[in-house]
Amino acid sequence: MKPTRRQFFTQWAQAAASGAVAGTIWYQLVTASAQADPAMVRPPGAREGKDFLARCIKCGSCVTDCPFQALRLARWGRENTPGTPFFVPREEPCHMCSDLPCVRACPTGALDPALRDINDADMGVARIDQQSCLAYLGLRCEVCYRVCPRIDTAVTLRYESQERSGNYAFVLPVVHDEECTGCGMCEHACPTDVAAIRVLPRRLVTGRVGKHYRLGRGDAGQISRDFRPATPHPDGSGGGEKRALEQLNKGAELYDDER
Amino acid sequence: MSAETATAGSSSASAAPWAKAVPWRLLRRLTQAGILLLFFGGAWWDWPVLRGDLSASRVFGVIPLADPFAVLQILATGQALATTVLVGALIVVGFYTLVGGRVFCAWVCPVNAVADAAAWCRDRLGLRGPYRLPRRLRFMALGLSLILSALTGVAAFEWVSPVALAHRGLIFGIGLGWMAVLGVFLFDLFLAVNGWCSHLCPLGAFYSLVGWLRLCKVRFDHRRCDSCGACHRTCPVSHVLSLELLRRAGAVRHGDCLNCGRCISVCPQGALTFALSAPYLSRTPIQERNDA
Repeated sequence: MKPTRRQFFTQWAQAAASGAVAGTIWYQLVTASAQADPAMVRPPGAREGKDFLARCIKCGSCVTDCPFQALRLARWGRENTPGTPFFVPREEPCHMCSDLPCVRACPTGALDPALRDINDADMGVARIDQQSCLAYLGLRCEVCYRVCPRIDTAVTLRYESQERSGNYAFVLPVVHDEECTGCGMCEHACPTDVAAIRVLPRRLVTGRVGKHYRLGRGDAGQISRDFRPATPHPDGSGGGEKRALEQLNKGAELYDDER
Repeated sequence: MSAETATAGSSSASAAPWAKAVPWRLLRRLTQAGILLLFFGGAWWDWPVLRGDLSASRVFGVIPLADPFAVLQILATGQALATTVLVGALIVVGFYTLVGGRVFCAWVCPVNAVADAAAWCRDRLGLRGPYRLPRRLRFMALGLSLILSALTGVAAFEWVSPVALAHRGLIFGIGLGWMAVLGVFLFDLFLAVNGWCSHLCPLGAFYSLVGWLRLCKVRFDHRRCDSCGACHRTCPVSHVLSLELLRRAGAVRHGDCLNCGRCISVCPQGALTFALSAPYLSRTPIQERNDA
């Protein structure tokens, strides 16, 4: 039977209304489900944020092709963004295979095929918690330095004399952010109960200086924890608070010069 | 068409078609389990046959396969995709165009086994779902999948799909995903008859559309049929078996048909069998051509 005009419009209104209600609920489910854990460490070549989440078809090909079984897929209700690949460096780090099997396995390009050299990968960046790092506490450790696939490039050692006793020395691991790929070998090997060196996605840990700041003369672009004054204090230390305060206002003359 | 004439047109009324002797249900279960096993072996035992999951995979490390509906959703988000996955999706569409779109549902999809289990329990318990859902609902879900993919910027169905979740979960770890699978089971058991597969699932709807083009169909011999209705009762999408349509077309041509073989197995007259025929493009009834 042919519907009357009224029935016709009523049916379409019902369909539209139920579609809108279902669509709204569905929309919320999808956005909640695609809410990434910001600390999740992704495989090499993973694109940023939504670009990765949209392109990843959740096939697990990178997982099956990872020779070290470091990668796994997030499980619904256990990890965020179910179905997408990640790894937990403390359990199994990325071994930085030079032939990039995970990237080559990815059929969609969610892992960017433009990544050709594993040393250019940016899975994250290692951060040292100096409060719990054995080396910073004065013990001899160096484990993270030794296991780093980019030893002497991504992690270097800095030698400092031990002020308290005048004997012995600190041998401190230093991460160079721009060289670190975030593979997590260091985090995996760190001997402390909870790793003192850990990999976090770069966007979580790196700031940006901003162009309007004028940096110290001769050191432009080189502000880092490695920065050391050219002439160390005679006693070998930084000179403590007293010297720091002495120097604090000395810079003013330099500043005037530049004017 | 000569092969058709040979099998259906000139067969004597006494010999049942070959397809009746085949244990289709067992074959279907073995196929479902076998495919799952091949994927599982690919992930855990280094088997080369199928590596990945139903969303995308490679056969022997060479031939790419991809879920065409998932690819469509990703494209709807506006993201570019690598050629591999596009080729994979075309291969899969091509395959199901030959054998029937919803062959995926009946022979591959793991949730179908769950839905069939619910249907089996429902029949045993004599339950009828209180809700009768319109079949076009899943086409709405299909449309919504694509619209929501564009709005959310991620493949909307893939992020909530019980199908992907169940299959992936069985291979790579399911987490709490079993709850969604249980949800489908309970929904089908208590709320709506064949609710998920035939009324809600947008992936099934997608494959229904592909199914209209299929070459492999259930052939109907009207001279054997005595209108007992056994096929109708066993078919989970019984609208495809309308006698009127069958008489006119000589085969099940509706895209919703699962090519599961249930009707073939139950037909006491052997009036149904699997056969190849061209996509139903002309309006000329196949039966008339056969009789001629």
